Amino acid sequence: MHVLFEPGLFSNATVRTALVLGALVSIVSGVVGIFTVLRGQSFAGHALTDVATAGGAGASLAAVSPLLGFIGGAVIGAGAMDAIGVQRVKNRDVATGVVLGAATGLAALFLYLITLQTTTTGSTQSILFGSVFTVASSTLPDALVLGALVLVGLGMIRRPLLMSSISPELAAARGVRLRLVGIIFMVMLAVAVGLSAIVIGSILSTALLIGPPASALRVSTRLSRAIVLACAFGVGATWLGIVFAYDSYYWFGAGHGLPVSFFVVADVFIEFVLVSFVAARRQRVLTSPAPVTSRQHVEWV
Amino acid sequence: MSNAWLSGTIIAFLAGSVGFFVVLRGSAFAAHAIPNGAFAGAAGANLVGVNPLVGLVVFALGAAFGISSLSRRTRSDVATALALVMMLALGAAFLATSNAYEPAVNALLFGEILGVSSSELLPVAILAVVCALGLSFLYRPLLLSSISSDLAVAQGINVQFIDAAFLVVVALSSALAVPVVGALLTFSLMIGPPAAARIVASVPHRALALSVVFSMLTLWAAVASSYWTNLPIGFFVGTISAGVYLSARGWSFVQSRRLLRALL
Repeated sequence: MHVLFEPGLFSNATVRTALVLGALVSIVSGVVGIFTVLRGQSFAGHALTDVATAGGAGASLAAVSPLLGFIGGAVIGAGAMDAIGVQRVKNRDVATGVVLGAATGLAALFLYLITLQTTTTGSTQSILFGSVFTVASSTLPDALVLGALVLVGLGMIRRPLLMSSISPELAAARGVRLRLVGIIFMVMLAVAVGLSAIVIGSILSTALLIGPPASALRVSTRLSRAIVLACAFGVGATWLGIVFAYDSYYWFGAGHGLPVSFFVVADVFIEFVLVSFVAARRQRVLTSPAPVTSRQHVEWV
Repeated sequence: MSNAWLSGTIIAFLAGSVGFFVVLRGSAFAAHAIPNGAFAGAAGANLVGVNPLVGLVVFALGAAFGISSLSRRTRSDVATALALVMMLALGAAFLATSNAYEPAVNALLFGEILGVSSSELLPVAILAVVCALGLSFLYRPLLLSSISSDLAVAQGINVQFIDAAFLVVVALSSALAVPVVGALLTFSLMIGPPAAARIVASVPHRALALSVVFSMLTLWAAVASSYWTNLPIGFFVGTISAGVYLSARGWSFVQSRRLLRALL
């Protein structure tokens, strides 16, 4: 037993908060992420994480709650990207890149000002790469409420969102207001990114958003099953990451553990590689040529 | 300071010319992910004590190959996102184990105008020449495959080889730019000025030339501002690049208005 679970793992309050928060964030990211991958908006999702970085750094500078900063930054970023034309496919790439670049520039400024203002070090790393072990347990209720809001919101726009993700033309013909649905989804995405920023750091939150859903879509073409799988993969990666990070304090001697975010991202990555491998083998066995992740192959629910 | 100007000019020249193709091909995300691979490389080189340039080049190339091999299994944006976060997380782990102090971390992420020392200037210049030569050899097939890959295939161009070769060029030029502009902002020099050039000029070679000019002006302005204000260069590169792009959008808007009025 001690091979995997070092002493005191489950009696530790910090670890318990981390496990609950990690699971919550993985579930929200998993659900939002499925739609992000289907819509081909991984870059936009990642850009929001960088805008969230600026927000988090700004919040730290102004001494307000980091969760507020992350989410506020991401929501403003979503608005900016919409304003300069992320919705039109033609300029999407460049518009996203420009917002991302400007936001990262601002983050650079804020983080530099923080180093002038305080004597405590490590704020750059804690904002960018995060640590679920340092999140105050008082953040938990806020995170729960926000996560629930995102899930309920997504549930409400589920049908038009799915239709516009798979075939925008069809959705438009059926009277779906594509732009409105797009904006609502971007706001949901922004909140999800802000939530996972407090767990694995702002620029790594892309991992939970894209990795588990991409793995899930490799093995399942049914939306409901893919969502459940994405949540399971996400929670699995996060929990394993937390356990490994806790244990790593014992591997290298006290105080020399590796960051928890590293383990979470590595788990997500390894999960994806393994799942792809299994899916590719299964496909070869069935000799079905269908590429799983293309838009057209997702069945309706 | 002369080092800063010289290395900055080399970097801006490369970023402007590579960026022209990045924008044309719509591969902004890959151009954002590859410098982050270079970041992990610099952090790793710092940890084991080898020349940072070696770490930068090796890891940037690794990120490029990782993206292109993962892309065969899944959508390319997903592949890029996964390679990106894995590299960043590795970098974070390297930094955590080497107990790097904060200014060094910030310099790696957000740039440092004196990032290239005089002893590194020669290898940087040689690598830059290699990149420029590679790009000039690739110029015609790359241009064709960027505009229409079907047409390129019909012309007998090996599109997959061109794609991979282009990613190698992006990786090498990112590795050179990261120490000065920073891992997180290198790509903004490859997006903002080239995108602006593409709006202003309509003929490819003129857009390419303009892209290099815009990119150099951006970097020079950023180096000067950073020198005077002591603020990180990444802040200036990111915001000036965005400013150049938005100005070009504004210019083209005014032009089209004027044209419309002349027609009516």
